[in-house]
Amino acid sequence: MSDIVFTNVARNFRRDGKEFPALRDINLSVRDKEFLAIVGPSGCGKTTCLRMAAGLEFPTSGTVAVGGVRVTRPGPDRAVVFQQFALFPWKTVAENIGFGLVANGVAAAERARRVADVLKLMNLAGYESAFPHQLSGGMQQRVAIARAYVLDPQVLLMDEPFGALDAQTRVVMQEELVRLARVNPRTVLFITHAVEEAVYLADRVVVMSRRPGTIREIIDVASVRAADSWDRFEKIEDVMDQASFVHLRTHIWRLLREQQAPDDH
Amino acid sequence: MSGSVPAPATPMDARAPLDPATRWRLGLAGLVGFLALWWAVAASGLVPKAFMPSPVDVARQFARLLQEPFAGHTLQTHLLSSIGRYLMGFGLAVAVGLPLGLLMGWFRTLDAIVTPLFEGLRYVAPIAWVPFAALWFGTGIGGPTLIIFAGAFPPCVINAYRGARQVEPYLIEAARMLGLSNARMIVQVLLPAAVPSIIAGVRVSAGLGWQSLVGAELIVASSGVGYLMVKGQASISTAIVMSGMVAIGVVGLLIDVGVRQIESAVNRRRGKG
Ligand SMILES: Nc1ncnc2c1ncn2[C@@H]1O[C@H](COP(=O)(O)OP(=O)(O)O)[C@@H](O)[C@H]1O
Ligand SMILES: [Mg+2]
Repeated sequence: MSDIVFTNVARNFRRDGKEFPALRDINLSVRDKEFLAIVGPSGCGKTTCLRMAAGLEFPTSGTVAVGGVRVTRPGPDRAVVFQQFALFPWKTVAENIGFGLVANGVAAAERARRVADVLKLMNLAGYESAFPHQLSGGMQQRVAIARAYVLDPQVLLMDEPFGALDAQTRVVMQEELVRLARVNPRTVLFITHAVEEAVYLADRVVVMSRRPGTIREIIDVASVRAADSWDRFEKIEDVMDQASFVHLRTHIWRLLREQQAPDDH
Repeated sequence: MSGSVPAPATPMDARAPLDPATRWRLGLAGLVGFLALWWAVAASGLVPKAFMPSPVDVARQFARLLQEPFAGHTLQTHLLSSIGRYLMGFGLAVAVGLPLGLLMGWFRTLDAIVTPLFEGLRYVAPIAWVPFAALWFGTGIGGPTLIIFAGAFPPCVINAYRGARQVEPYLIEAARMLGLSNARMIVQVLLPAAVPSIIAGVRVSAGLGWQSLVGAELIVASSGVGYLMVKGQASISTAIVMSGMVAIGVVGLLIDVGVRQIESAVNRRRGKG
């Protein structure tokens, strides 16, 4: 049982000696095995929310708990996929993926097996001895996801993981993520600024207000997906063609537009 | 940085990379030009021959030093004993400097304690340590080692420290997320991430250590190129002093080539170059 629960979370930061609120009144619970996406204008505190769940950042007030336990530090039970990939450039693909297992004392034989499994799962077989800089952005991101998956984490925290990819690669990765989520569902907190990506991937989409970030609305996608059985489609463009999809997407777009600062278009 | 083919340059582009053959030719031309100028000044008779032997005189003297002992040994033997001292001092600098720099880059308290002291001391030229080195560690192996160490130590510390401080924060966060302990973090993330900076530091350190050699050998009593040069000066043989300079220059070049070999081996190991 691994839910993520934000209770009355607020976070202030300092800039130029002045303290300002970045997040306010965040009450949110990501259910066990739920795929929850957060969208919101840039600077509204999405990354900060994810970092608090990861244990890389802490609330000024309120609490964040994962599986009922208050988060106090990072750990392999809450794997993070960073926007900048954050692969170790001096390690090969296989070494990058296996590093967390080494650090956690997994024996060599089991490590090799698990790394091989996840290489296959992520379509990375044949690239185990390549170095990150020898791979395309899409492949690097796949390694980053594989590195998180191999830990078999209860919770997966993904911060705009496809933000740096070109449109085609992005679509492939999105479809792949849906496939993975079906094979082995986990609790996922997924941050994006791409509305369609959120609607395509998530069970629920949280729309945040601009700074100080608060939760503007939570949209239930899973019930619409089930009612209209989007899962019968293999390809993202077929899902995006559905009236129900278009409706949700447009609704979220409107919410986001309301959040635009008057001076930024 | 990429090891790719240089972009085609316009003919007027002074910054365009040269092909290796051209570089070799130009380097050789510079050397030959220098020797010619030297020879011309020496041959002109403007400077007394005792002060300025010609390149040919130096070459002859050099060859003689390889065969006949001067100041107790042949040039090779002097060189070997210099290299031995150098390896002690330089090795010690690497062995102490790199871990210290990495730890300073990780533990802010250690950084705060060591940095002011270190910043003050590192401007003291290695040769300034000569009197203390002799008093504290003697003129055997200890004193000279300390002087070479004084030359080679700062770049090791500084570059390991900078390399550790410049690690991308998200790599450290990724490692913490993967569950790495502090000790593993230093050895398995900080160290490898700092390697490019460390190698650059070791290269400077290797050069500065070798440069400090003559200073170190001012206080030795029996062998070494520095010792040979001191003896040469005492017997007013400029050609011997210059032969020593040539030997130091050549070995220095070879040391740099060696460090660069290590650098490219590391790069290859990391899939670069
Ligand atoms: N460590 C920090 N120090 C100061 N300000 C920060 C820090 N982290 C984030 N902020 C600020 O908090 C706000 C929210 O940041 P972030 O969570 O990164 O937003 P988002 O991911 O939604 O774009 C921004 O204004 C950002 O500049
Ligand atoms: Mg962000």
